Amino acid sequence: MLKIQNLHAQTEGHSILNGVNLEIKAGEVHAIMGPNGSGKSTLAKVIVGHPEYEITQGEILYEKDFNYQDISPWTPEDRTKEGLFMAFQYPVEVPGVSNLNLLKASFNSICKHQGVPEMGEEEFISFVKKKAEMVGLPFSFLDRSVNEDFSGGEKKRNEILQMAVLSPRLAILDETDSGLDVDSMTMIAQTLNKLKNKQNAFLLITHYNRLLNHIKPDFVHIIKEGKIQKSGNHRLANELEEKGYTAFNQ
Amino acid sequence: MSQCKSFLLKDKSLVFYILKRRKQKVLTKQKYKYGFVTKVPSEKFAKGLNEEVICRLSKIKKEPTWMLDLRLKAYRHWKTLKEPKWAGLKYPPINYQDIHYYSAPATKQSKKTKSMDEVDPELLKTFERLGIPLNERKRLAGVAVDAVFDSVSLGTTHQDVLKKSGVIFCSISEALQEYPDLVQKYFGSVVPYRDNFFACLNTAVFTDGSFCFIPKGVRCPLDLSTYFRINEKDTGQFERTLVVAEDSSYVNYLEGCTAPMRDSNQLHAAVVELVALDHAEIRYSTVQNWYPGDEQGRGGIYNFVTKRGKCAGKGSRISWTQVEAGSAITWKYPSCILQGDYSSGAFYSVALTHDKMQADTGTKMIHIGKNTKSTIVSKGISADDSVNSYRGQVKILPQAKGARNFSQCDSMLAGKNSAANTFPLIEIKNKSAVVEHEATTSRINEDQLFYLKSRGLDTESAVSLLVNGFCHQVFKKLPLEFSVEAVKLIEMKLENSIA
Repeated sequence: MLKIQNLHAQTEGHSILNGVNLEIKAGEVHAIMGPNGSGKSTLAKVIVGHPEYEITQGEILYEKDFNYQDISPWTPEDRTKEGLFMAFQYPVEVPGVSNLNLLKASFNSICKHQGVPEMGEEEFISFVKKKAEMVGLPFSFLDRSVNEDFSGGEKKRNEILQMAVLSPRLAILDETDSGLDVDSMTMIAQTLNKLKNKQNAFLLITHYNRLLNHIKPDFVHIIKEGKIQKSGNHRLANELEEKGYTAFNQ
Repeated sequence: MSQCKSFLLKDKSLVFYILKRRKQKVLTKQKYKYGFVTKVPSEKFAKGLNEEVICRLSKIKKEPTWMLDLRLKAYRHWKTLKEPKWAGLKYPPINYQDIHYYSAPATKQSKKTKSMDEVDPELLKTFERLGIPLNERKRLAGVAVDAVFDSVSLGTTHQDVLKKSGVIFCSISEALQEYPDLVQKYFGSVVPYRDNFFACLNTAVFTDGSFCFIPKGVRCPLDLSTYFRINEKDTGQFERTLVVAEDSSYVNYLEGCTAPMRDSNQLHAAVVELVALDHAEIRYSTVQNWYPGDEQGRGGIYNFVTKRGKCAGKGSRISWTQVEAGSAITWKYPSCILQGDYSSGAFYSVALTHDKMQADTGTKMIHIGKNTKSTIVSKGISADDSVNSYRGQVKILPQAKGARNFSQCDSMLAGKNSAANTFPLIEIKNKSAVVEHEATTSRINEDQLFYLKSRGLDTESAVSLLVNGFCHQVFKKLPLEFSVEAVKLIEMKLENSIA
């Protein structure tokens, strides 16, 4: 469903991605691993259309209605409406806007775009309630302002809750596992395994293979200096753990 | 859980509205939808102000002599005063002789109308168009409305229910005839005629407004509301409102205002006085949406208002909640005098300015009694080329032992040439006081905007969600219907300002 071809991107004159190639098919789980500053997060942000980055070469093709289209002219909101989703590494706080309010606004916005009728109030609340239980957040959590005064773990769970509610076709998780305790990590991995099916795909961006012990990736890619240096199956992650990134220099 | 429920209910309307907005976008290109003029013949005084005008006014209103004397005393004092300039507002000089000081629809009989159904249908239609149906069949349930059109009150709904509980809610003109002693006891006790230039002018020439009296121990069975409409050209509206809550009583009071779109400016100089006796509570909410002028700054209302409440009794409470979204110029500082021990005052404000609007608004909290408490939450949003200032004073007098104040003033800039100012003044004369002040100024945050967009919201919905979030602390203090109205109003105003 996603084909990235020779992607180059820059921000403020610094080139960060230098020819990334990546193909993700429905039903697959991909992991991208790489040292700090290798371009992992940038790749994620470029895919969802962050305005800070400029694509200088190459393209991001996304399958819509059985056709691949270059999505670089799409607005971030249009990408989300077409089934892309990113769980942020550092989710921002939105004071005064409740979690439920945001969930509802985004859920309805997507329904409307897809031509699906919106859920009624009660139905939506019980729907969200189930998803909140799944990621281990109490119902009262939904009345709180988005990410305001949340602990690190709560912020990450909230991202996963949003993902669970919006059920994207392709979800990109940007270092969702960093800063999580074991229990939170297990819970999030369990949620991912529950949500996984033949129609959707996941792109996990991570430093460690802790998360990958819970959710087995079909492909592991090692990125360095803005380029994928090596791709393999889940064993590559173990190899990386043993040898370190330096072993994968070009 | 029940708390949770009510919150969800509120949210529902909010989200629902945001989604509905996009559909309506094409229909409402216009920023001000209350700009129409009602065509009714009016009876008005010739332009100009002198003692004879005041005598005539007082005579039409069949006022007691003390009132006329007070008006004249105020007028003579006013002639010695100069307009205040300290707020730094920019406007051409006002010619006070070029204003009609009285204008009333000719069809409104000078005698009291028994029922709203006797009021001219054209006027009823006007209020219906403003969303305030007045006649017996359609009137709003749960809210008693006093409808003021230019210089006169057309009548007050739900009189029967109010009378049963002993609540008096009528126009101030009627109160001066029916309850002159009660009015005299409190009139000017919070805002004396010498208080300031505009309050002094108001005392001399006020034409109508509301009077509300809640007797001892009564919790007012309905919300009370006054709706002010300016219709006639070149008139000034000088309304006077007096709310008195006796011991252990409670009232929730709402106020709304609109005016037609015109190229010339119009003056609105109101005075509102609140008196809360022992353990009484008054909540006063305003959604101010006077015509703000056009994009070039032509026309609009000059809103020079003095609002003040006195927590006269022990443990009394007064709160001012305002959404200031209209007027070319707003000069308004709803204040509390915390005289009774353990009394508390609050000020919650959202002020939105766009195009060439100027708003200078804030509050004064004067702590006199022991263990008095005050809370100030002010949210200013300035778009386009507008200027939005918070001006506030917290004063703790030597005898006010154990006084506490918390102030929070946040400004959001939504336009390249807009400006936000904060002028807090804190005077503490007692060492035991605890005073906190927080202030922030920010632009619409790009990270927040991207976050919401990446959740599928378009720019317009994202901005409106952010602005509503920014104002949430204040909106939640408004009664539900007003809160929904306020959200709509802010969204409509911002629509053209945020590209």
